[in-house]
Amino acid sequence: MSGGSGWHRFAETFLNTSVMLKYLPDILSGVLVTLELALLVVVTGIAAGLALALLRSLALRPLNWLIIGVVDLFRSLPPLVVIVLIYFGLPSIDVAPSGFVSTWLSLALVLMAFSEEIFWAGITSVAKGQWEAARSTGLSFGQTLLNVVLPQAIRLTIPPLTNRTIAITKGTALGTVVAVTEILGQASSAMSNSYNPSPLMMGAAAYLVLFLPVVVAGRFIETRFAWKR
Amino acid sequence: MIQTFFNREIIVAAWPIVLAGLRNTVLLSLLVVPLGLLGGLILALLASVKYPAVRWALMAWVDFFRAFPPLVLLILLFAGLPFAGLELGGFVCVAIAFFLNTGAYYGEILRAGIDSVPAGQTEAARSTGLSRLQAMTYVVLPQAVRNVLPDLLSNTLEVVKLTSLGSVVAVPELLYQARQAQSLTYSPTPIVVAAAIYFVMLWPVVRLLSRLENRALAAR
Repeated sequence: MSGGSGWHRFAETFLNTSVMLKYLPDILSGVLVTLELALLVVVTGIAAGLALALLRSLALRPLNWLIIGVVDLFRSLPPLVVIVLIYFGLPSIDVAPSGFVSTWLSLALVLMAFSEEIFWAGITSVAKGQWEAARSTGLSFGQTLLNVVLPQAIRLTIPPLTNRTIAITKGTALGTVVAVTEILGQASSAMSNSYNPSPLMMGAAAYLVLFLPVVVAGRFIETRFAWKR
Repeated sequence: MIQTFFNREIIVAAWPIVLAGLRNTVLLSLLVVPLGLLGGLILALLASVKYPAVRWALMAWVDFFRAFPPLVLLILLFAGLPFAGLELGGFVCVAIAFFLNTGAYYGEILRAGIDSVPAGQTEAARSTGLSRLQAMTYVVLPQAVRNVLPDLLSNTLEVVKLTSLGSVVAVPELLYQARQAQSLTYSPTPIVVAAAIYFVMLWPVVRLLSRLENRALAAR
């Protein structure tokens, strides 16, 4: 077999134009679901993580143990296990969340746990003298937190938070295990309908188009916000 | 509630199945962690070559796999390659996917570690007559690894958690076995048991990491 026909056969199988055109709308609708899921996870997960970190700064003993317990739990469990637990477990007590809701909830809880750790590390990294100085000028606890501590803390948290958020948001592909019609789900079913792997290649390309710019931006942010030593 | 999610009879019945899964998860981790570290070491060593073209190519490689969801990579190998006449088992696919995906993450961490060692260390080592490889192995790498130990540990935790993806391609690890037991018993208890096992196994690592991170911040 000549090299030319080898490539031809490869293209015919893996980059089949007619199959790709036929399933392009499916993949695009998958892209929309992935985007929707990713945005929901990022917004709710980070908001919940920040809320927990702020609650933790109140330094109420029993509350802090509870927060640390929840955070440790979701840092220890694999996201896929959380998804399966919610999707297949909750129906036993007559709550039946859809695959979409299960995936959203699970990834948001995991992102909440990781971002709480990161925000908390940021808050504790701001020197005690900053608190004391701000309080001594007459600022309230809330004002000190909001105007003095958080602006310094956020700067420190942005690089690790970006990386972690990307890693967890990529987990939206896990939704395919619980029948969410996101990119991978659409690509897999198109592949089994067409007996051709081209939709999967399209799906893979879609992930790159969505996530590669974020990863590259993350790299930029990492150097931009790095502490000058 | 306890009857449903933590049913004693079902725990007893499902235990051997889940235990076999735990064994495979441990074995799988013992395979993929060194494999990922090896991939990362290769990338980091290549990146320590100062040619800009090499560094750019490696950066593109690493970013590619950081942008690519590991499950998509796994499915591509498992369900896509057979169309090219290459049928690898689920286990081999997991090994390759982890080598590529986690290798990229380990590589990025190790590269940062190597970059953190002052150039004077290499120069001093070279001037004592050590070869380039010896200087890297005995002088730079030990310091590099020590500098990024928390990150390496944190990534290893993620890798062990990621072995649960094996369940999607029928590798009989903990989650897969728990789901088998779930469908045999019509009860979510086996999955709760599996989750409990993951937690008991990984929680000490999470605690240790929190301490390491806090200490790193305190030292600032």
